[in-house]
Amino acid sequence: MTALTASDWLGLWLHFSVLSLLSVGGGISVVPDMHRYLVAEQGWLTQQQFTSSVALAQIAPGPNVLFVALMGWNVGTNAGSVYLGALGAMLCLLGLVLPSSLLTLLTTRWAQRNRTHPGVRALKAGLTPLVVALLASTAWLLLAPSLTGRTALAAGLFVLLAIGVLWRTSLHLLWVMGAGALVGAMGWV
Amino acid sequence: MDHTLSSDATVATPACTPPRSLRELFWGFSMLSLQGFGGVMAVTQRELIERRRWMPLEAFLEDWAVAQVLPGPNVANLGVIIGDRCFGTRGAMVCLLGLFLFPLVIVGLLALAFTSFQHVPMVQGALNGMGLVVVALIVTTAVKLAVALRSHVGGVWFCVQAGGATFVAIAVLRLPLVWVLLAIGSLSCGWTYRCIVRRVVAERSDA
Repeated sequence: MTALTASDWLGLWLHFSVLSLLSVGGGISVVPDMHRYLVAEQGWLTQQQFTSSVALAQIAPGPNVLFVALMGWNVGTNAGSVYLGALGAMLCLLGLVLPSSLLTLLTTRWAQRNRTHPGVRALKAGLTPLVVALLASTAWLLLAPSLTGRTALAAGLFVLLAIGVLWRTSLHLLWVMGAGALVGAMGWV
Repeated sequence: MDHTLSSDATVATPACTPPRSLRELFWGFSMLSLQGFGGVMAVTQRELIERRRWMPLEAFLEDWAVAQVLPGPNVANLGVIIGDRCFGTRGAMVCLLGLFLFPLVIVGLLALAFTSFQHVPMVQGALNGMGLVVVALIVTTAVKLAVALRSHVGGVWFCVQAGGATFVAIAVLRLPLVWVLLAIGSLSCGWTYRCIVRRVVAERSDA
């Protein structure tokens, strides 16, 4: 792939900054537009690189949104070096995180100043049932693919067991994660 | 005092101790971030509320709601909200740094290693197994937060309806989040507003 000019880097950063302010529901909701821009329009990433960027970030600990850093990393290494990779990662991540963070800062300060206003209270309290439902939805969407095939029953039982352990004990999460990795690596679930 | 309504409920429950220093804030968010496989939100409740007791569950739920509605990565928004409330702008920046610093290093190393291991079946199996633990964690968190809804100003039945409709729209019908939030969210906030105003009027006539 060809080298990137300074205005290309600026464009990359600007594009992710705009997406930041549109990413209602988190970074994952603007993935389709990132694909359009990086793969289809600019040709800075291959389809394979784009997909593995998203998948790899799910594996690593940390916010899901780190997948944008991987995209930037791949854009940079495609353009020539690991240093450009680091530059791309920082531009994409800062682009996606900073504008929305600034908006959050200003909005919550305003809400805090007006916190006794019934409208502000209603806005915050009114959304809490939806948050719980969104969590349940995420759990369901993540679980559904595992409930097919010969290990479906084992997977279901393992989830129930894990829920029991997490609910009843204060065992550190990393131990439960380790158990999950183990049964998964053995091919039991 | 009604916890459901108090956004600054950090001081309402004596059992809760907000972070005392920027350093504590940084490590708190670093630790939860490093535990977050496949997303950080579910770990947040366990780490910040149950282990560190920085704020009551009800206040956390409200912060989370705001963090989800505003654009941007949810957990970054949550970090900004909590950090800003504790130590202002510096707190918000420290939270973001805590969330991203170490995971960014790890994800970089993973990216370097990934090319050689991605097709090993045991690696993929292990990832699947960890995914199931993530599901269990999310379910546990959802149930605990649902219990906190019992004291919701709109009533339990309202919460069941709003939550149920949201679940169907997102998980079953797979509708875009923006539209779901606009439609169900505005109805939900409208009803909550009505209940709050009613309660205020009732309290005034009592007094």
